[in-house]
Parts: sequence; C-alpha cells; structure tokens
Amino acid sequence: MKILRRIGKWLNDRGKFADIVKPLKTHLVPPGTKWNYIWGSGVLFCFTVQVITGIALSFMYQPSVNAAYESLQHIENEAFLGSFIRGLHNWGASGMVVLLGVHMARVYLNAAYKYPREMSWISGVFLLGITVTMAFTGQLLRWDGNGVWTAILGAEQMGRIPVIGDYIAYFFLGGKTMGGQTLNRFFSMHVFLLPGLLSAIIGYHIFLVFKNGISEPPKQGRLVNPETYRKWYDKLLKKKGVPFFPDVIWRDVVFTLVVLLILIALAFLVGAPKLTKPPDPTILEVEPKPDWYFKWLYAIFATMNRKLEPYFLFFGPLIGGIVLFSIPFLSKGGERHPIKRPWAIAGIIFVIVTLGSLTYIGMIAPWVPEFDAEPVSAYIALPAENEKQVKKGVELFNTMGCIYCHKIGKKGGLRGPDLTKVEKRLTKDQMIIRITNGAENMPAYGGSLSSEELDDLISFLAAGKQQK
Amino acid sequence: MSCNCNSGKKEQQSRRSFLSKLIYSIMGIVTVILAIPFITAMLEPFLRQKKPVWRRVAEANDFKIGETKKVTFKNSTLYKWSSDISKTAAYVRRDNDNEFIAFSVNCSHLGCPVRWEDKPQLFFCPCHGGAFYRDGSRAAGPPNRGLYKYPIRIKNGSVELETQAIPITNITV
Repeated sequence: MKILRRIGKWLNDRGKFADIVKPLKTHLVPPGTKWNYIWGSGVLFCFTVQVITGIALSFMYQPSVNAAYESLQHIENEAFLGSFIRGLHNWGASGMVVLLGVHMARVYLNAAYKYPREMSWISGVFLLGITVTMAFTGQLLRWDGNGVWTAILGAEQMGRIPVIGDYIAYFFLGGKTMGGQTLNRFFSMHVFLLPGLLSAIIGYHIFLVFKNGISEPPKQGRLVNPETYRKWYDKLLKKKGVPFFPDVIWRDVVFTLVVLLILIALAFLVGAPKLTKPPDPTILEVEPKPDWYFKWLYAIFATMNRKLEPYFLFFGPLIGGIVLFSIPFLSKGGERHPIKRPWAIAGIIFVIVTLGSLTYIGMIAPWVPEFDAEPVSAYIALPAENEKQVKKGVELFNTMGCIYCHKIGKKGGLRGPDLTKVEKRLTKDQMIIRITNGAENMPAYGGSLSSEELDDLISFLAAGKQQK
Repeated sequence: MSCNCNSGKKEQQSRRSFLSKLIYSIMGIVTVILAIPFITAMLEPFLRQKKPVWRRVAEANDFKIGETKKVTFKNSTLYKWSSDISKTAAYVRRDNDNEFIAFSVNCSHLGCPVRWEDKPQLFFCPCHGGAFYRDGSRAAGPPNRGLYKYPIRIKNGSVELETQAIPITNITV
C-alpha cells in the first residue's frame, strides 16, 4: 500500500496528472447551468465514438476501388463484431448530426452567441460544415452502387458554382471520370483531413468555453451590455460560481451514458444501411438514395421549380452560410431570453417544420418511378362491353411505364395522380389530351402510342374500375 | 563605469523584434514548403488529364434500325489499377442505316444513371423523377436540358465512341 501511494505521489509530482483535471475542478461556472447545457458534450461524445469506431473500421476496410466492396461485406458478415462496429459508426454519425442540431438550436434560443462568445458561434458553424461533409463522404465510403452515384451527385452539385463549377466538380472526383483515384480521395478526406480539422476546431471551441466562460442562463430583462459584461460575469462567478467538476459535469457524464446506450441499441437492433449492388458504373439498375440526414435536400432537388433550381443549388448554401456566420454580429448585446426574442423562436420553429416536412417527403420519395410495381391485373376492371380492348389497355398501362407513376387500386407509383377513379374526373377527350401531350412531370406519349393503342388505354382508364 | 541601461534596453527591444520577425518568417517558409506536396498530391489526378480516345463498343449490325441499347466500354483512365470502376455505360441508338447516336447515361439533372425502357421509348431517372424521350430531349421532371451525347462514328462496320468526361451541368443550363 505504502509503495503504491509513493508511486502515485511520484506520478503526480513528475507526471502532473492531477494538474490535468485541476482546471476542471477550479473552473467556476455560473449557477443554474443544468440539463440545458449537456448538448455540446453529447456532440463531443458522439465524435469520440466516431473516432474510435472509425479507427476500428479502418483496420478492416480496404480503401481501394477494387477491394472496398468485398471488405465491407467481410466487415458486415464475417468479422467479429464487424456489423456492430459499422452500426455504431453509422448511428454515431446520426447522433452527432442530431445533437449538433439541438446544441445549435439551444445556443441560438438562449442567445449564448452574444458578446463575448461570437467566436464560439463562428467556430461552431465551421464544425457544422465539416460534420456535414463528414456525413457525406462517409456515405461515399460505403462503396456500393449507392456510393458510386453519390460521388457523381456530389460533383454535380458543385458543378452549379458559376464559372469554376466544372473545375471544382472534377477536382472533387479527382479527374474527369471515375477511376482508381476516386475512392481514395474520399477516404483521405474522411479519415485524415476532415477529422484533423474537426479536432483542431473542437479544441479551439472548448478552449473558448473555458476562456470566455459558460454563458449564464438567460433572465428576462437582464441585458447583455458589451461594455460591462465581462466585469459583471467575473463578479457573478466570484459570488455564486460553482466548480465545473463535479457540480456541473456530472450531468454531461450521465448524458454520455444515455447516448451510448441509445447508440448501442440502434447499432444492434437497426444496424448500418445494407450494402446495395457492387460499385460498377455499368450497372444502371440502381436507385441511389441519400442517408436520412440528406433526405430534405433530396426532396428539394426533386420538387423545386426546375428553372430556379440551378440557382438555388448555388445561392442556397451561399446565403445559408452568410446568414449563419452573421448571426452573432446582427445582435451583439441586449436581450437573451427567448421569450423576449419571439423571432428567434419563430426561426427555430420554421427550420424544424421545413426540415421535418422535407425529410418526411424525402423518406416517401413519391417522385421515384416505381420500377418494380406489381402489374395491374385484368380483373381489376369491371367487365365491359369492350372487354378485349380493356384488357389490351391494362397491358399497355403495365408496360408503357404508366404504372411507374400512377396508382390503380393498390398498385403503382406515387408521382402522378391516382387513376383508380379517373373516369369520374376526366372525360375521354381530356384523357387523350393529357396522355398525348404530357405535362411538366409527365412525358408526352403522343410519339410512342399508336392511335389504336391510345384507344385501348383510354377504354381501360374510362371503364369503371374496382379493387379486388 | 557608466551604465548604458537605456541604450541596452533599446538594443534588447530591437533584438526581440528582429527575433520575432525571424520566427514568423521561418514558420511562414516552413508552412509554404510543406503546403506544396500537400496541394500537389490532391491535384495530381486532376492535373494529369488523359486525352479522349475512341473505343469500339459494338458492331453496327448488332443494332436494328430504331433500336436503343446499352453499351459498355473503358474510360480513358489515368491509372492501371482502376479496373471495374473505370468502365462506363452509354446508350447507343440507331436512327437509320448510317446514323447512330450515343447518349450519356448520366441524367442531365444531377448525374444519376437513367434507364432505357423500350416499350414506352423513354429514359427514366431513378433519383428525382426526370425522364427523356428516345432522341434524348427532356420529357419530364427536374432536368432543364436533354441527355448529353458522345461523339460517335462507324469504322469498318464497328460502332466507336469517343470517351468523354462525366458531364457536369452548370448553373446557366
């Protein structure tokens, strides 16, 4: 025992281990920093999970266009705990995105970005940008059919930057076509470059928390005055401050455990997205879909006015970035309590409703043609006097691609209107006009249907149809 | 012995300001030197562009008039180890005896692979609902222009395509 104590004493004297925790113990924070202050450390914990599971994955993953897909299958199906590690990395990313969103919303609602913490916000916006890029490049490293086409999709989006768009797009892909270099670039970004940047900025972000102090819980009518704030804050700490360790940080630690348990449950029960077809650009029967955190963007691409969209693709992120960076400079002092800043509440609700509804539509993705739609069977139409024609019409409906976008009964796609009861809405002539000329989101079939075929199709659509 | 304290201080000050400048300059030089390999490595494949090459993709007789088929060929790839990923597909359509036309498989909206459906004579995009007619022109959905085309020629009865960059749609489409 004595020896152990002596060793401990020596280690602390020479190794200064106690001094590492000492700043936490002596660091004072304002009273009332409770459960609303756990979100940032939740993000930090998810990042830690990502680093650890990421390193674990990198021991098994082959960052090569030829071997990545096979190594992923090895990780998923053969490696000990491989599927769990992939799942944890996947859900750790989701957790990081979600908690980052909550953390940001919390900081915004409580106006913690106001004097003197503007740089905490600015560095946070950089962290947001890099985290989103990490999520995107991570989706790519899942080098299946989805990964390959996601790379091209990413390049296309950058192509909308005026003048230099092509250069940026080809720089992103590492050449004008896909090749042996493509995957490694994303690997280097996702595994070295971006995590390095993240770590550095996270370090700075936390350094600022200690230097400028945790923002005190806002109180109605207590205004931030840049001239006197620092003096007032120091006085507050001296009078009522509590040590960060253990009075405050215990909540972060408890929350860490909760987050970990949730992530583990999701990793085991849901796991990571399944691998799709092999990464072969000549396989065209793929349906690239983004991970859930990009579904809202996916919905915008599919539903936006197509004349505005190329501009939106460039100006959207630009304006979004400018707005985010300018937030701390638009209101430097004054009220911090959300009740006194109703527009802040409105802004947060607007963002949540917008992203939420777009994500919801993106999950359904009604614009995707239902290539595997089960054919409508002949029996669905009531026997009519022109039964033969109706049958031909059903056949055409199934083979001409109508069913990809239109529903009859329970079968068919969602892009266009449900045609189960179309005979009650449209006359035969109206149907002919629509089918022949098409519409904004429907091809004109005038060139590919003979007039006889058109008659057959119309006789089916105009007949009373019954679900069976 | 006279104390020249004042001039000593001044000397020390100018010495310190010189040393500071020295530190910053050396650090700047080191940064620039180390940045060079960092940047050139990232730019390497980007700057080493290969010229487009003609690739034989099919025999002219494989196509009936009015037929559209998928062909596959190898890109003008930069690296030997590219293997399968440097393979590309295109759609070739025979309009009449001597006229062939080749479409990029990349949707002109955001680059997803369009599928040819023979019955309705349409290209469908699986991503955001774009569709194109058999001549490559826009039929429906978000694309603002038709499908991109490859240069194509018939040589000794073979259909040849000239490899192209992945088409990038710009803001001013």
